Amino acid sequence: MIWQVDLIILLLIVVLAIAIVNTKNLFTATILFGGYSFLMCVLWTGMGAVDVAFTEAAVGAGVSTAVFVAAIYQTTRRSKD
Amino acid sequence: MIEKNENIILKNITQYLVAFIQLFGLYVIAHGHGSPGGGFQGGCILAASYILMITTLGIEDTKKKYNEFKKHLFNSLGVFIYAFTGFVCLLLGANYLDYSGLSNLFPVDPIKARYIGTFVIEVGVGITVMSIMLTIFVELLTVKRKQS
Repeated sequence: MIWQVDLIILLLIVVLAIAIVNTKNLFTATILFGGYSFLMCVLWTGMGAVDVAFTEAAVGAGVSTAVFVAAIYQTTRRSKD
Repeated sequence: MIEKNENIILKNITQYLVAFIQLFGLYVIAHGHGSPGGGFQGGCILAASYILMITTLGIEDTKKKYNEFKKHLFNSLGVFIYAFTGFVCLLLGANYLDYSGLSNLFPVDPIKARYIGTFVIEVGVGITVMSIMLTIFVELLTVKRKQS
């Protein structure tokens, strides 16, 4: 893989991981996690591990995001700010 | 998500998109032993299509169609297919899950028998993964909310 593209994707992954940990809104964290999974999928495709990338795209970005949204649907806000 | 969405764009797009997603999932399962993909990924894609239907078309119809009996049937059917293929190989004189023993039952050579056996296993894995993913999503949506 071209090292400039690799560097940009790795930097974006680090930025997204820090943003997921630091955000207060659960729904924002879930959507950012989907983006994180997709960038990991791109990275693995660049390394040549297409099967792992396929699994990451199907499970990480697809089903797990939907399951997280279903879990957030059951939560309530403690404060009304 | 619980109630039906009346947005006409969402409804029509879902109706046409679900068919293509399911076709792609079946393609991934059927070509899993020759190219990237397989039972697990295909099952996840099939489950994603049903999750899309639940989120837009409401969960009530799905709960009626996908009742307790079908849930337990599909959950155990894939495991049964997997284990049954292994035991058939065992009965035909080969090791457990050694598909070359299937060549005694069907008129094919052992390499072709391995090919067919892997395909049968992939179908079983796909059915179970699809059903388990769908069960997790439905149970998460319909669990009683704790009153605090």
